[in-house]
Amino acid sequence: MTSVNKGINRRDFLKVTALAGGGMLLSFSWLTGCKSTPEVVSNLPKEWFELNSYIKIGDNGLVTLFSPNPEFGQNIKTSLPMLLAEELDVDWKNVVVEQADFSIKRFERQFTGGSTSIQMAWEPLRTAGATARQMLIQAAAQTWQVPASEITTKDGVLHHQKSSKEAGYGEMASQAAKLEVPKEVSLKKAADFKIIGKSKRNVEGFNIVTGKPLFSLDYKHEGMLIAMIVHPPAFGQKIKSVEDSAAKSMPGIKDVFTIKLFDEEFERQAFDITSFNQLAVVVGNTTWEVMQTKKALKVEWENTKESNFVINNFGGGKKTVTVPAGLESTAQHKKLMAEMAEKPGTILRKDGDPAGAFKKAAKVIERTYSAPFLAHNTMEPVNCFAHVTADKAEIYGPIQIPEFVVAGLSTRLGLPKEKIHIRLARMGGGFGQRSYGHHLLEAAIISQKMKAPVKLVYTREDDMTYGIYRPTYMATYKAGLDEKGNLIAYSIKAGGIPEGPLGWAQNRFPAGAVDNYLAEEWVLNSNITMGTFRAPRSNFLGGAEQSFLDEVAELAGKDPIDFRLELFDRAKNKPVGKENNYDPDRYAGVLKLVRDKSDWKQTKKNVHRGVSAYFCHNTYVAEVIDLSMQENKPVVEKVYAAVDCGVVVNPDAAINMGQGGIIDGIGNALYGGMTFQDGVPQKNNFDKYRLIRHSEAPKAIEIHFVKSEENPTGLGEPLFPPIFAALANALYKATGKREYDQPFLQVNEQPV
Amino acid sequence: MAAFNLKINGKVQQVNVDPATPMLWVLRDHLNLVGTKYGCGIAQCGACTIHMGEVAMRSCQLPVSAVGEQAITTIEGLSEKGYHPVQQAWLEHDVAQCGYCQAGQIMNASALLKSNPNPTDAEIETAMNGNICRCATYLRIKAAIKTAAKSTAKS
Ligand code: FES
Ligand code: FES
Repeated sequence: MTSVNKGINRRDFLKVTALAGGGMLLSFSWLTGCKSTPEVVSNLPKEWFELNSYIKIGDNGLVTLFSPNPEFGQNIKTSLPMLLAEELDVDWKNVVVEQADFSIKRFERQFTGGSTSIQMAWEPLRTAGATARQMLIQAAAQTWQVPASEITTKDGVLHHQKSSKEAGYGEMASQAAKLEVPKEVSLKKAADFKIIGKSKRNVEGFNIVTGKPLFSLDYKHEGMLIAMIVHPPAFGQKIKSVEDSAAKSMPGIKDVFTIKLFDEEFERQAFDITSFNQLAVVVGNTTWEVMQTKKALKVEWENTKESNFVINNFGGGKKTVTVPAGLESTAQHKKLMAEMAEKPGTILRKDGDPAGAFKKAAKVIERTYSAPFLAHNTMEPVNCFAHVTADKAEIYGPIQIPEFVVAGLSTRLGLPKEKIHIRLARMGGGFGQRSYGHHLLEAAIISQKMKAPVKLVYTREDDMTYGIYRPTYMATYKAGLDEKGNLIAYSIKAGGIPEGPLGWAQNRFPAGAVDNYLAEEWVLNSNITMGTFRAPRSNFLGGAEQSFLDEVAELAGKDPIDFRLELFDRAKNKPVGKENNYDPDRYAGVLKLVRDKSDWKQTKKNVHRGVSAYFCHNTYVAEVIDLSMQENKPVVEKVYAAVDCGVVVNPDAAINMGQGGIIDGIGNALYGGMTFQDGVPQKNNFDKYRLIRHSEAPKAIEIHFVKSEENPTGLGEPLFPPIFAALANALYKATGKREYDQPFLQVNEQPV
Repeated sequence: MAAFNLKINGKVQQVNVDPATPMLWVLRDHLNLVGTKYGCGIAQCGACTIHMGEVAMRSCQLPVSAVGEQAITTIEGLSEKGYHPVQQAWLEHDVAQCGYCQAGQIMNASALLKSNPNPTDAEIETAMNGNICRCATYLRIKAAIKTAAKSTAKS
């Protein structure tokens, strides 16, 4: 057992926060020998006892576990409570899971993003479970007058062997809830896990397949009105005037007006990004009526001037953001990026003498890669429910990082932070788009103005053309080889609009494995808004870097896996520089695993193979794609992935997430991309923006996890970046042509 | 505005709406049947799939005035307690990620199995191609359809 001393970092969430009544001892335990499912017994508890913010036990032994983080499909609503249940030692069948509301007081961290949920919850949630279990043991020890150390637990039942006493948790819950929180608890060894590592089905599975209202878009409230926005058609434009007289008299319409989100002087929180700070709004009774009216609204637009705002950085500090004027186009972006790529960038890392080494090299290769802006296209469009009254705001909406919207809401609504109550809706996809809470603010402002509960709904077109896209990127790689084909020099110069992709990545592989290394970055500003998108920056770098290394290996006359393994050997045995933020052994480990599982050296008729490996979000992934060409179109026959994410908490759900990342990556690599003409996004719905469909998904995916007792890391993002390169490298084998620019296929969406 | 008597999930329901209103919004806004989802509004994503008679329809493109006497089934009415073989197969394969597209997928898959009880992989892909899953649960959807086909054949 690992001892965890909570005294060091004691948090409110482990305190008893409420005591629901005086407690009642039952004369029987329904848990022992009782096969009831949560469904059957859910209405049985007469009282609930809260042992901490995550755990509530009913007098009949039913256990409610609260999942703190917002759910958007990564299945943490199942896997986070598994951590609690493991240490609490309850039967999973008797657990009911609830989504916790947003509460700074009760929870330490309610954040979904960066593949961090499991990683960050690993110790706190197991500790919360173990603490509650310890309190139940303590309660039994007092009741039975026996030493706590002699009491054991199993599946929600306390036992004292010597006296043959036993009691369900429900019997001891009332007394346990009154006890002091223990200062120190022990956590299980991995070998003793009963729930962690055993697949548990999605706790919402039944509700999903029966169409229960799980999303905020499904939410209804008495007297609720529907609101829709009209935003400028182009980045670089704003509202000049609104002609609303006809619209106002259309059936079912309550009001038409404009709103402004942030004042110029408001110091924004890190995720307070708005593409359009002023919006026209139509409010009415039903979605269809408001949609029709929105189309009839006559708005005149004008070009914006350059403007500035101050925003707090995610990691601390703040910066002034300049939003340039102008109507931008993709052709012009490409030209400007090519120009930047020719100029020296800001040096982020330099080892040895790259220029000298390139001169000495026997062979030098230089290649440039690019990728377009990407829209997130979550299946559920932006929406939010808000009910703002004179003294409080009730908000229910899809949001990945609720703590960052509170300041904006409080300032804009003129309400103290404690009066803003945010309930976390299940999200119909997030992919980073829901990190940004502009829709919560919009809904709240509209509700405050209407003095009514309001559900804000974006049409698909509003959603797709709103912005906060994955930036467009470009990177030029250069490698120098000696006569033996050893990599002696390597450089990357990368940039993007309006963000460069390198960020923290300059110390990633192959830095540390090459004597002479240079990383440079450049950035071009834009008024097209950008934001987090599944595996930010890595979603470009993984593909570009691993495509390049494939070509370098070929030039060196080496097998692409062997070539990489040599570099990991070098990084391990004689690392260059001090700050190399990857573990060469784990990196090599996934490559070897995928090599073995895919039987890499085998050749199959008409099957073309590509390999790739990437480390991001603390998880190591290697992938192999088997591809065939049918009627000149690529068909992905099979994908093999090897993953090292430490302990795998919920294996089948982990595989589901991995499959999703892989297919999403293939889709974006082949088809993804948003283009612009005079500031106008050129795609506004799925007839123009091509997403991967059933028939284009790989025929099979095999995911293998490295057996590990390392603390778990995330899976939502890491399988996504490397697949771009595995695909590009397999396509090269199939067509003889290297892919440098995404999307790889220039196809027009054919409406289905 | 006009009154329509609609046969939905075995019950007759009256709504008073603009005849052009798509069934999607009649279901969601007027009848509180919100299992049917809005994804694109232009028949490109399949999130809004319902059955008219035994045929899968995109409810975002189906004006209420076109329904007439025909029986409408939504995800809420596919089975009484979620025991439809397709729903069961979905649970067995733990298909969903975010879950938003799944009602549409299930409605399309159940209509497919009605007309073709034992579809091949290619037939599944063709029939399901109009249903986007942004979370990309396609492999599990296909596996679940095959399981459902088998269990329907058995019973
Ligand atoms: S909402 Fe009907 S097909 Fe997309
Ligand atoms: S499960 Fe999320 S869109 Fe399909």
